[in-house]
Amino acid sequence: MASLIGSYSLGFGLFFSFLIIFFSFRNLRNTEILDKRILSFTFIQFFFVVISFLGLIVSFVNSDFSNETVFNNSHTTKPLFYKISGTWGNHEGSLLLWLLVLTLFISIFLIKSKQQPKKYRIFTLLFQQIIIIGFFIFLIKTSSPFNYISPTPNEGLGLNPILQDPALAIHPPILYLGYVGSSIIFSSALAAMVTSYVSKEWAKHVKQWVLASWVFLTLGILLGSIWAYYELGWGGFWFWDPVENVSLMPWFALTTLLHCILVLEKKKILTSWAMILSIATFALSMSGTFLVRSGILNSVHTFANDPERGLFILIFLFILIFLSIFIFIFFHTEKEKLENSFFWLSKESSILVNNWFMMYFLSVVLIGTIYPIFLEVLTTNKISVGPPFYNKLILPFLIPFLVAMAIGPNLNWVKSDFKNKFYMTMFLIISFLLSALIIKQFDINFLINTILVTSAFFLFFSTFREFFVKRFRNLSQNIAHFGFSLLILSILFNNIFSNEVITNLKIGETFKTEKFTINFEKIEQEDEKNFKAIKGKFNVQNLDGTLDILNPELRIYNQPNIITSEADIKTNLLTDKFMTMNYVQNQEYFNIRYQVKPFMIWIWISVILISFGGFLSFFKKRYEI
Amino acid sequence: MYGRKVKLRFFFVLLILTTLALSVFLLIKSLEENVIFFKSPTEIKALSEIEKNKIRIGGMVKKDSITMISKEIKFVVTDFKNEINVVYSGVVPNLFAEEKGVVAEGYLKDKNFFLATKILAKHDENYMPPEVKAALEEK
Repeated sequence: MASLIGSYSLGFGLFFSFLIIFFSFRNLRNTEILDKRILSFTFIQFFFVVISFLGLIVSFVNSDFSNETVFNNSHTTKPLFYKISGTWGNHEGSLLLWLLVLTLFISIFLIKSKQQPKKYRIFTLLFQQIIIIGFFIFLIKTSSPFNYISPTPNEGLGLNPILQDPALAIHPPILYLGYVGSSIIFSSALAAMVTSYVSKEWAKHVKQWVLASWVFLTLGILLGSIWAYYELGWGGFWFWDPVENVSLMPWFALTTLLHCILVLEKKKILTSWAMILSIATFALSMSGTFLVRSGILNSVHTFANDPERGLFILIFLFILIFLSIFIFIFFHTEKEKLENSFFWLSKESSILVNNWFMMYFLSVVLIGTIYPIFLEVLTTNKISVGPPFYNKLILPFLIPFLVAMAIGPNLNWVKSDFKNKFYMTMFLIISFLLSALIIKQFDINFLINTILVTSAFFLFFSTFREFFVKRFRNLSQNIAHFGFSLLILSILFNNIFSNEVITNLKIGETFKTEKFTINFEKIEQEDEKNFKAIKGKFNVQNLDGTLDILNPELRIYNQPNIITSEADIKTNLLTDKFMTMNYVQNQEYFNIRYQVKPFMIWIWISVILISFGGFLSFFKKRYEI
Repeated sequence: MYGRKVKLRFFFVLLILTTLALSVFLLIKSLEENVIFFKSPTEIKALSEIEKNKIRIGGMVKKDSITMISKEIKFVVTDFKNEINVVYSGVVPNLFAEEKGVVAEGYLKDKNFFLATKILAKHDENYMPPEVKAALEEK
């Protein structure tokens, strides 16, 4: 019943798209005010998608297995929370979520843009409707969440256990808010070009959307990363896996846009660049969805999937890109005569430098991600590109990037000279001594590591100082940049100081290293609602005499019958102690991984700081930099 | 002579071009060095000389072939035409099991012996790495 309502709601929703387009075109020719009916129709469309989404949730909660999506992804013994989160834990449901956010955002856009010109609002709505129609057709034609199976099965196939996790329950919605937020930026950029509204006012207005998408995208990536850290048991937070990369690419583009928009708002220069970035951000978000869902990517993250769906998104993506290129070429005119010149040392040129670096990082990730696809098509050689590729290409460029990031925000607009030379030199010297002192303790490449850590410390100190000098002026930018320096520092220290042991142990055995002794005391079995848990008890005796007791866990899920391992992580401010236990069938030995990872929690904290910085700038009346 | 502004612009363009050339060079070089090829046991048998670089192999874990001691785990990977012995010490993913697909990364010692440095985890029991699927379909 709920599925039926949901299914019909989708049809009605699509119908309203055409109504909106019809009335929008009529409204374009007529009066100066926006037709109230367009507003109402947009809300009604949103309402229908909400009903449809609720219909799917209800089907999941009631375990209505006559619905194919529910049958494939749910099970009666699953806890209620995961029944609900299972709604978007699968392909069909997650696309419905995309559509939900698409319609939600365009409704919010119409409410929030009352001060903007009518024509611009209508065109934004029109472009957004093109995307919305695409998703409606995609959903209804190739991946309907409401397919009916007869006879009704008694039991569902269950949700992949590794998705049954709180972080991953909220990861897709948050990430999608970021992805889909970029659709508004895309539509609005196209509309601004068509109506020749690319201006300081436009920049000011669209900046809110850029910020919002950026904050959500950052948090979404963070959640995915935290999940991968404790659920996959790979003992890290980033693996340069293609599926991770496709979320990082729009992030780079969006971060670039965020900085570029600031210049546009202030000086009305770089308009073409801002347009290209707006289009690129959305195109990258869409291709992210396409690459993850099509099965083209050769990734260990890939879930079983359907190539035909990929083809649809690909065609749709090409249509959108051609449309935007067409509009860019024929409608966009640069009107930036007067203020066009750059002085080499100024805030805008430093932002431009940031943009270049970002584009470089983006291209590295892009090439590393799609090169294997092209090579396979061209030569049938199957390859993969690993972390060394990214480290080698990104790390050296990180150094000037960090230094520029420390200097840039202190410069003036238009024309500037170096400021606070004394402090900056002091910071540089202190950073270098500090880094050299730390790196010397370790048996690693001295030169590159010291320079890297120095540049990170340099940014750390100079942003830290600004909290006192600038106080509340420009607090959001400062928090975000400070967070970034903290992030880089934590990542570097995390890499340099990490300790790892991987071994196979029988119950009762003890494993000794120079730094600690691991004793495998016992295992215990516990029965939970939809899985059996086998808990290991490990005593880790450290050199300084302290004892850590870790209880990694194996979960044997009933439906689907899958074993997952739950890492046990003892977190404190300085280090994470991380242990996973894996089982190999018919063997007495358990496979144990024990890691000491310093500053792990600071990686999460600094990303939260970065997004908090973005969040804060919403509450600013007038943005000042 | 040319004005200061033109000179500055010239250097600017030169700077961009060198940076661009440098990054492209670095990119291509790194790609060449860090790319990992995938081979099936049959392809390994057909090699004229042993690959020195890191590669990935894939296929099915042969039935009753897993043996485990404290330091390492041994198993046989098969594509039902040819087999290869694998020795591995490291993290074993939970979906690693006999008669299931596996992808391992590491170095070839000879045509029958592979020293793995990593076994790749998968997310989904129904998911088969495309390479393994292709390798199995060829049989």
